[in-house]
Amino acid sequence: MRSFLFYLVSILVGALFFAFARWLGNDYLFFAGYTVLQFIVLATAWNILGGYCGYVNFGSAAFFAAGAYSSVALHKLAAGIDRYFPESLAGLAHAILPLPIPVLIVIGGLVAGLIGLGTGYLTLRLRGAFFAIATLALAVVLQTLIVNWDFVGGSRGAYIIRPSDVPILGSYIEYLFLVMLILAVIAIAVARIIERSRLGFGFATIRDDEVAAEACGVPTLRLKLVATTISGALMGMAGAPFPYYIGYLEPGSAFGLAYTVNSIAMPMIGGTTSWVGPLVGALLLGTLQQIATVTISSAVNLLIVGLLLVGFVIIAPKGIVGLVQDFMRERGPEGSRPTWRSWLSSFANMRPGAR
Amino acid sequence: MSFDLLINALIAGILLGGFYAAVTVGVSISFGILDIVNIAHPAFIILGSYIAYIVNQTLGIDPILTAILALPAFYLLGSAIYKVYYGAFEKRGQDSLRGLAFFFGLLFVTEVMLILVFGVDYRYVQAAYIDQTLHFGFVDLPLRMLVPCVLSLVMLGLLQLYFSRTFIGRAIMAVSQDQLALRLMAADPARIKRIAFSISIATAAIAGAFLIVIQPVEPSVGREYIGRVFAICVLGGLQSLPGTVIAAMLLGIIESLTATFYGPSWAPAVSFGVLLLTLAFRPAGLLGR
Repeated sequence: MRSFLFYLVSILVGALFFAFARWLGNDYLFFAGYTVLQFIVLATAWNILGGYCGYVNFGSAAFFAAGAYSSVALHKLAAGIDRYFPESLAGLAHAILPLPIPVLIVIGGLVAGLIGLGTGYLTLRLRGAFFAIATLALAVVLQTLIVNWDFVGGSRGAYIIRPSDVPILGSYIEYLFLVMLILAVIAIAVARIIERSRLGFGFATIRDDEVAAEACGVPTLRLKLVATTISGALMGMAGAPFPYYIGYLEPGSAFGLAYTVNSIAMPMIGGTTSWVGPLVGALLLGTLQQIATVTISSAVNLLIVGLLLVGFVIIAPKGIVGLVQDFMRERGPEGSRPTWRSWLSSFANMRPGAR
Repeated sequence: MSFDLLINALIAGILLGGFYAAVTVGVSISFGILDIVNIAHPAFIILGSYIAYIVNQTLGIDPILTAILALPAFYLLGSAIYKVYYGAFEKRGQDSLRGLAFFFGLLFVTEVMLILVFGVDYRYVQAAYIDQTLHFGFVDLPLRMLVPCVLSLVMLGLLQLYFSRTFIGRAIMAVSQDQLALRLMAADPARIKRIAFSISIATAAIAGAFLIVIQPVEPSVGREYIGRVFAICVLGGLQSLPGTVIAAMLLGIIESLTATFYGPSWAPAVSFGVLLLTLAFRPAGLLGR
């Protein structure tokens, strides 16, 4: 019953925003909304591995770009059918290509999921830090591959000419927005289902004590690989429509550190233990960034995100959701839990060496 | 594909490897010995480069000399970071996930601040030796590579002496093995770790000066070094400084050969390949047991 209510509410909220933006007749709302939704997907995807399993992925940009560039590759393939296909197949290819965006999203998800599986298989058997480092380096390497791959534009980048309108909806950006809205609902639903399933409990045992979990017969490596694959695939799915949104894609923007830092900062600031955290973090930070980019500058808004990330991990390790929960509990029956005041004073009195 | 080219590529690789050793030694100390995954290390190296650049532009002092003068400042910076890290993560046993996010935040904030102040233009320094090259027959030894390489090996030699001969140095090597035993030797593990971490950040000042002598620097250059630094560190067996030097030379040679025979745009991918292969087949490193 609660699940049904959840889907009903999320679809209603999305539909309301869509109707509101349409009523205003302002395309900018769709452009900005698309970015925020994209961050909801990225943050939720990151949290499936980072928040539930406790493994840090620094390669969000790599997975995102893998999805984006698989779309670019298919787009280029569609543009040059007569050059790349023998005549007998050209007719068939014309019928299939160019692929509609939902299909591109599935393909982008597959590509990014496989990359996640591969990286995970090589590094997840070792300590968690090695996986984090490998994902960090993965972004650099994939970028090198793309820069050297002329078919998708190399370092010059690729132009994607998107159709000016689509049937039924009319404007293309509204179509993209709707696609991303559905994707965001799917991502949150996946996170929510995982959280309440056996899989989610398995993930939680890995996060809390991996050795103990292993000793109790939890197949930790398999679970970690599942988490990496799902998380990577969702990130790739978020990236797949991106070339059509931006119109011109070059490696520097597709692999931008902003995606990585945002997809880590949003769950960390929102709270990593449940699906609500990334959603809250992405909505707050995404909207804040849209406002800051317009009013101040894009470099300053990244600085704000970085400082918020550092501040939250030091001061509020449980994020906004954790703060709210603590606040609610504080107003309830008085326990012996430390208040923020006593906590702060213990922090100020801390000396190195004091245990 | 001539013999000259091959020899020159090998020598360039060795010189590059000497420089990589200086870049990596900080991570070998923090990650290898202390188990603190300081992924922000390359950002501090870039910070060192920019300090060398500012002093070189305004006062005309040699960049490497500047770095040596800046050592105390970097030591204090490292000390401050460790205090925060210890208080917020290590003491509470939350060092894995949040500690990583903390260092990633530091990396990002440092980079964005440098971009805000200096922009994304490439900056370079001036020093008498930068444009000179020694020639021995067909072998070229550019001084801008040779000076960092030699000085870097000197720095690693001094650190190795410090770690093997002094009480605090040996305590640092011991802190990763047995903290209780260290306590019984009247050494406070948190203090020892703070000293070691401060030293690791101090080496970033020197490595940063080497970097800006070797190539022009802009704020995001540091990111290329993350994969490289950890590849060398893991390949070198995490906590051994001689292992770091050998692994750095090896990676330098592989990168130099790749750049010579396949083109420089492929070089960044090499370190990742080395890292993945090492993790998959020999996670204990070259010299590991």
